[in-house]
Amino acid sequence: MTEAVEPLLLETRQFLTFILADEEYGVDILRVQEIRGWVPVTRIPNSPGYMKGVLNLRGEIIPIIDLRMRFGLQSREYGATTVVIVVWINGPESEHCMGIVVDAVADTYDVSSDDIQPAPLIRNGIDPKFFEALATMNEKMVVLLDLDYLMNSDEQSCVDLDRLQ
Amino acid sequence: MSIDLSQFVPVFLEESFEGLEVMESGLLNLEEDDAEAINAIFRAAHSIKGGAGTFGFSNITDFTHVVETLMDELRAGRRSCSDSLKSVLLSSVDCIRLLLEAARDGTSCDDPQIKQVHQQLEAELSFDNKDKVAIVDNEFEKIEISSSPVAVKETQGWVIDFAPAPHLLMTGNEPILLISALADLGQLVTYAATDQVPSLDELNPEELFLHWKIDLYSDCSELAVREVFEWVEGDCSLSVLPLQTLADEVSEESVPNDSVSDEIAFDKVAEKSSTALVLNNESVEQPTIRSETASSKNNDDSSAAPAQNTRKIQADQGSIRVGIDKIDGLINRVGELVITQSMLGQVGLEMSDCDHPGVERLNDGLVQLERNTRDLQEEVMRIRMLPISFVFNRFPRMVHDISSKLGKVVELTLSGEQTELDKTVMEKIGDPLLHLIRNALDHGLETPQERIATGKAESGTIHLSASHQGGFIIIQIKDDGRGLDTNKIQEKALSSGLITTDQVLSDSDIHDLIFVPGFSTVAEVNDLSGRGVGMDVVRRNIEALGGYVAVVSEAGEGSTFTVSLPLTLAILDGQLIKTQHEIYIIPLLSIIESIWVSTESLNAVAGRGRLFLFRDEYIPVINLSDVFCLSETTKSFTNSLMVIVEGGGKRAGLIVDELQGQQQVVIKSLETNYKRVEGFSGATILGTGQVALILDVAGVIKMGLDSSTKQYPHAINKDDGYLLAKVDI
Repeated sequence: MTEAVEPLLLETRQFLTFILADEEYGVDILRVQEIRGWVPVTRIPNSPGYMKGVLNLRGEIIPIIDLRMRFGLQSREYGATTVVIVVWINGPESEHCMGIVVDAVADTYDVSSDDIQPAPLIRNGIDPKFFEALATMNEKMVVLLDLDYLMNSDEQSCVDLDRLQ
Repeated sequence: MSIDLSQFVPVFLEESFEGLEVMESGLLNLEEDDAEAINAIFRAAHSIKGGAGTFGFSNITDFTHVVETLMDELRAGRRSCSDSLKSVLLSSVDCIRLLLEAARDGTSCDDPQIKQVHQQLEAELSFDNKDKVAIVDNEFEKIEISSSPVAVKETQGWVIDFAPAPHLLMTGNEPILLISALADLGQLVTYAATDQVPSLDELNPEELFLHWKIDLYSDCSELAVREVFEWVEGDCSLSVLPLQTLADEVSEESVPNDSVSDEIAFDKVAEKSSTALVLNNESVEQPTIRSETASSKNNDDSSAAPAQNTRKIQADQGSIRVGIDKIDGLINRVGELVITQSMLGQVGLEMSDCDHPGVERLNDGLVQLERNTRDLQEEVMRIRMLPISFVFNRFPRMVHDISSKLGKVVELTLSGEQTELDKTVMEKIGDPLLHLIRNALDHGLETPQERIATGKAESGTIHLSASHQGGFIIIQIKDDGRGLDTNKIQEKALSSGLITTDQVLSDSDIHDLIFVPGFSTVAEVNDLSGRGVGMDVVRRNIEALGGYVAVVSEAGEGSTFTVSLPLTLAILDGQLIKTQHEIYIIPLLSIIESIWVSTESLNAVAGRGRLFLFRDEYIPVINLSDVFCLSETTKSFTNSLMVIVEGGGKRAGLIVDELQGQQQVVIKSLETNYKRVEGFSGATILGTGQVALILDVAGVIKMGLDSSTKQYPHAINKDDGYLLAKVDI
């Protein structure tokens, strides 16, 4: 553990991590509004496949996307651990809400900025632009996601990925 | 006592802008000698001036003062309403608007136009000054308590605004004694305002309706003045200002030769004020009140004044000003309530089989709840409804300006201005309407010479009307100009590649081309219609509101643009339908009827598209599950349920699996958190808590027609698959 000598410089951020195809991914915990179990949603016709549909969240209608599909990973049946993480997205004009479907929630971590490093270009099929950074948590590598890019980048990027594979 | 006035500035500005609109529309309609209109303009100018004075916008006060003076002379019949005066007054409205905008933005406004108009106004004012002087003092009833005549140029002293509460007399206080006490401090000029005094039959003799403006010429301290009012402090509103700061105004009022009515609130009606005083308190001695002026002119005014005053009071009681965000919050809450109510209703239905004595009572309660919720919702929605005159009132001025610029003679007539619609719809419809009217002025109507040559009356007419039709408001813009030139449109469309030579088009198809993006018939761009906003933008904006626009035109006879818009964007009556296990909502208003159809009655066209003969018209048949790519195989039409809908001026039959209930739904935007989805106007939450999408009928018809003529642009969207690459063939 590093001693918090200069807390202003050594900023600590908290992340919520989740599991997706046996990998651990993290999102800034301040962006997370809530975590819900999976419930059926209303499909949106003619929308991309990763767009599961819309859900009523206390009177708000929010879109739900399947992160596996968004990343072009093999989809799988939703089970008991499948959850929807409701997160805030900063759009070009305003802030809005969306839900992401993941395999399971993992943990929360405090990560000092020392342990965060820029994401290298990985060519494993997942668009590296989705990654904000890499972080080491308990000697594991966790990929931190760029949520804004995830939702705001146009649908076409996903199609291109499918072509790449 | 000190109140932060700045908090009222936005209200003042808002009211002033409304006042300007009143002035503008009043001035435009001032053709006939209409005393009511002149009064309305005068009152608007007056309250702008008064407010500006209160908040210290001295430039507005100065400017508006001249306008007010001119209006006042018009009002009193001392000046006739010439065209030149009217146009100066109209430009003064623009100037006041500029000044107010500057005040709002906190900037200073020194547009040369303002100075120029100010001079013009002054010129008008001094035009026949002689007439004016003779009647100057009509405007005020001066009550002198001090026996010596008022020293004219005194500048030391106080201006006291004393407005006692109606119940002052019942507290045992006597205004006249207070004023006498003030008189001991120095010379006094007292103005009694009678504008609050109701007509005789409504007058409660125990209440006090007068208030006073008192100029005290004395070197006493403010404290001394306030001491006089010490006992009534809680029962009146009192302001004491040094004369010095108001020197301009005061000198103007106290010098008879250049003073004209300044404060109409201190309206004078000699007979009335003295009667009121006597009625209020018999102990008032008449002789102490000497009325300086009570000319016959005053009598004329006095008949009009009570009517105005009572009306004003009624209007004041009848409305409050509430921020739109509060109303929106309320509407959202009520929307939630409706959803909760329908959820409870469903639970009640499910429980009706249950054998429990409470169930019946529960259901009774639920029925009541439903009724109350619905009433509440209707009432809340009505708060947002405003008469369309708010939009229409902008147009006479614009038509006036543009027609004179174009050298055309145009008469604009309005009807149905009282038709109400939702504020949000209203805000968004102004610009499209403006454009349509501009278009009619610029392209539709001919010049007087052309009109005479074709045997028409010299002046063209544009008729703007609004009416309700079902849940829609229909706005028509009708001109009697040259109409659309089908040949010219066709040529233009051909040259810009919008149509091909082999296309056979009906007249209405050709007329419709003017709404297609990239179409504009005017070669050179002028500053009126060709501002880069085409008819396609008009159509797009109107369609974004869930409405549509269509044109009917007859060459040489004129054109009629019809805009139809939903009354509100917040709720609608919907028909729930089910197709492929998905529930959708069709707005009830767009449904013509629902029928069972057999395969034989559907006529196939070119293998793919199908038509159905409905009321002597062949309408396209659209299978919802195909358009929305809900199933992989195209279902054959065997005895299907078809909902015949109309949207965007077109009809179509939608094949659905099942009709479910009808219910009122609260429209939620998909764009808030997601984005606009083609074929849907929004979504709603059903009683089950589930989200259901609301069909945009015009959009679905368009999608259906596109997909029956082309290959499907979208790949089949499997529930658990990826989106396959979009391939455009």
